[in-house]
Amino acid sequence: MSADDHSAGRRARAIRAKEWAQVWLDPSTFGLVVLMPLILMILFGNAVSLDVKGSRLGVVDQDHSAASRELVQVLRHNKSFSVIEGPALGHLEDGLKDGSLRGIAVIPDGFGQALIRGQPRDVQLVTDGAQVNIATFLTGHMRGALRDWAAARAAEGGKAAPPVLEIVTRYTYNPGLQSRFMLVPGAIGIVMAMIGSLLTALIMAREYERGTMEGLLSTPITIPSLVLSKLIPYYVLGLGSTGICVLVAVFGYGLPFRGSIIALVLIASAFLAAVLGQGLLISAGTKNQFVSTQFALLSGFLPSLLLSGFLFEIDSMPRAIQWLTYIVPARYLIPSLQSVFLVGDVWRIFLPNIAVLMGFGAFFFFRVTRAIKRRIA
Amino acid sequence: MAEAPLLRLTDVAKRFKGSRRGAPHVQALNGINLILAPGRSLGLVGPDAGGKTTLMRILAGLVEADRGEVEVMGRPVANLDRSLVGYMPQSGALYGELTVRQNLELYARLRGLEPGDSPERMDMLYRATGLSPFTDRAANRLSGGMRQKLALACAVVAAPPLMLLDEPSVGVDPVSRREIWDLALELAGPGSAIVWTTSILDDAGKCDDVILLHSGHILYNGPPEGLAEEARGHTFARPLPPTSRRAFLQEALERPEVISATMSGKSLRAVCRSASPPPGKGWIPITPEAEDGFARMLDDGLPLAPSALAAAFPLRAAQPDRPAIAALQLTRRYGAFTAARDITFTVFPGEIFGLLGPNGAGKSTTFRMLCGLLSPSSGRGTVAGRELSSARAQAREAMGYMPQKFSLYGDLSVLANLRFVAGAYGLIGNKARDAIDRVVNALDLSSFTAQMAGLLPLGIKQRLALGAAVLHTPPVLFLDEPTSGVDPLIRREFWHHINAIAARGTAVLVTTHFMDEAENCDRLLLINRSEAIASGTPDDLKRAVIGKSDPTLEEAFITLIEAQGKGESEAA
Repeated sequence: MSADDHSAGRRARAIRAKEWAQVWLDPSTFGLVVLMPLILMILFGNAVSLDVKGSRLGVVDQDHSAASRELVQVLRHNKSFSVIEGPALGHLEDGLKDGSLRGIAVIPDGFGQALIRGQPRDVQLVTDGAQVNIATFLTGHMRGALRDWAAARAAEGGKAAPPVLEIVTRYTYNPGLQSRFMLVPGAIGIVMAMIGSLLTALIMAREYERGTMEGLLSTPITIPSLVLSKLIPYYVLGLGSTGICVLVAVFGYGLPFRGSIIALVLIASAFLAAVLGQGLLISAGTKNQFVSTQFALLSGFLPSLLLSGFLFEIDSMPRAIQWLTYIVPARYLIPSLQSVFLVGDVWRIFLPNIAVLMGFGAFFFFRVTRAIKRRIA
Repeated sequence: MAEAPLLRLTDVAKRFKGSRRGAPHVQALNGINLILAPGRSLGLVGPDAGGKTTLMRILAGLVEADRGEVEVMGRPVANLDRSLVGYMPQSGALYGELTVRQNLELYARLRGLEPGDSPERMDMLYRATGLSPFTDRAANRLSGGMRQKLALACAVVAAPPLMLLDEPSVGVDPVSRREIWDLALELAGPGSAIVWTTSILDDAGKCDDVILLHSGHILYNGPPEGLAEEARGHTFARPLPPTSRRAFLQEALERPEVISATMSGKSLRAVCRSASPPPGKGWIPITPEAEDGFARMLDDGLPLAPSALAAAFPLRAAQPDRPAIAALQLTRRYGAFTAARDITFTVFPGEIFGLLGPNGAGKSTTFRMLCGLLSPSSGRGTVAGRELSSARAQAREAMGYMPQKFSLYGDLSVLANLRFVAGAYGLIGNKARDAIDRVVNALDLSSFTAQMAGLLPLGIKQRLALGAAVLHTPPVLFLDEPTSGVDPLIRREFWHHINAIAARGTAVLVTTHFMDEAENCDRLLLINRSEAIASGTPDDLKRAVIGKSDPTLEEAFITLIEAQGKGESEAA
């Protein structure tokens, strides 16, 4: 190691030590790194739920046969639904419009007769297409209820002959069909995106605002070394926040953790490289803490929430928006996180996503080193 | 053979884009030629916005010149070896929340000095700065003088061959200012060269060479004595009567023959445009000083007009029985520490009252209590007859306040800031427009009105702050270090305005570190270590200096401060 490398290493260490000291002295960092993940995880884990437990379901029995009454009773006893009966579809449609009903099941006229003849007729389920996820969950539960009902009738030796062809759905990885299992890994992604970009959005802008940047730039430290030294402490903090989120997910919400820690750390690191770099670039570009924070929220948090597939299916977005999702880092994180929790180590998914995220990180790092000029005025 | 120069600048020019689209370019520097040999010290002086900081940044490799060659230690500045340059930016670049030790060690390592490997150098830095007892104190809890010393130590921690110090002595008291200069010399390595910008010509006088920068050009380059020579034969003095001293000063300043005039003890000094004294009796030729040369070189040829700022102030009759400002045993405690103890004084309408004292002595605490910005722990204060404890809002209406730190909106234009302040004091419509026009013209701000206030040079910011404080022509004016960082000519203009405003019957309370300015005050209060240690007219204070005829106020200041120090150590 030459003397130059030696002193370069010292300079990098000095910056890291300074960042740690500033983190330690700044109570807001603690809030950002520890409290915010907790609050967001509690919010996302409880308030945001796509579960259909107790969903208000309208039921129209047009048949009034013994079989149809029995089916209505089965639905009434199913915990997924809270049944409201109506005389005709038209009576209940308003409920669907104003949101008081999640769906309406229509048992057609002649349902009982057809059953006796051994030619079962379909039960119609009208759902709210504006709530795609809920509609999907509702359909699944409805199907399950019908199957249970058919099975029960068969066991009683009734005439409900098994249908010729039936789709058997098995909810792999999420047998309870709990939306929380899908949402919590997504929420972790959102929390990481937010914390990652906010953590670094402030740190360069702060140096410019206080005039300390002029002091740093006048020293021999190179800009890549300065940027990297500033990133490392925040990377460690970001991993800490991720750890808190994972603990809440597993112990608070009872999610399984079927993957390995090493996979989680790799995925999280790649993602943090991308979002920390993004925050740093914003910070170096705006040189103003206030503008920087606004921008970090706008470009980090919102796209992650809306365009990552966390809440809204990417497949059901318009094509142009779908393309846009490819530049949202969270899009590459959330599927991997969901796998790590619910499935296990699926390197076939992880590796391409990690590669893309590292690419983001490298791009931002390069841009930051270019954006910070050794120029003050 | 002569030694290779440390710095060589050939025909350097730099201009900045206008701050708004369509705004004219600002020519910051033009045709700069400069050579600095190792071991020399160079003082950069000049009016505000003259290009001093731009030049420093070019030397530190932080601004690129548009034209010309810049060589530092024989290499183009683009390949600058930054470990050989210790640059102290005007902001100081300290991390306020970090301790003295953390700051110093950070910069030591950044500049290639491992504190653990060089304990002697570190010990020496702590000892020389006097910071040894405060190593674990946060930098923003140091007094102004101490902070500047720390910033200086951080910049030159590795004893670099080239030290670039941008305004190291701004805003510090006379005692600390001397110490900072000595400290720079002590911390310099053998053969280190120093470039030092300052608005205080006294400081520049200590350098081997002085460069006077004006509007981006070098007006003077030579030894400091030569600067004074520029005014030889043009400086005169006459005795001042004990009363209405300021009226004599005003009269002299407004004469077309006079460039600049100041009060100095019992006499009035004037720098004249021609080699003959101003009309009137008793003028005798005197030896010029650097400031006189500065004034002569920067003379714009125009006589100082009567203050338009003051003309708008209503004439307020002096009421000798009713003080405009009264402080009665004002005391402020922070836990076990008493920042100000039993401070009592009164200021009458038309009077200028000066608060003097070293950094951190309790001046600003006293000042802030009287402005209603800080509640006293005990004692009370009134402003314009209004009790600060019960009628704070009414008291505030009656005062104009110019804080020590720039407190306007940095991201608003000069004009927007003035409009805001006018509105805040209830000036609307034509009244506001007239007040703003008056201030902009009187303080020569018209070329800056569209610029963002935060990006203005220090001295221009001060002008803006003064303008904002007098927009509503208040009966009481509080000025906290109004001339800190302002060049000598503008300082005299500031005082021209302040004196004229006082002459209209306004009471002025002022703090300053410039003892020549304190001569303008009717009465002074010297605060040290949280207590009032002396009060009276400037002449009263000078009586403390024994064995010297006509001592300066600066000598009196240092004598009194040191006497208290001795008294306490003897008592202890």
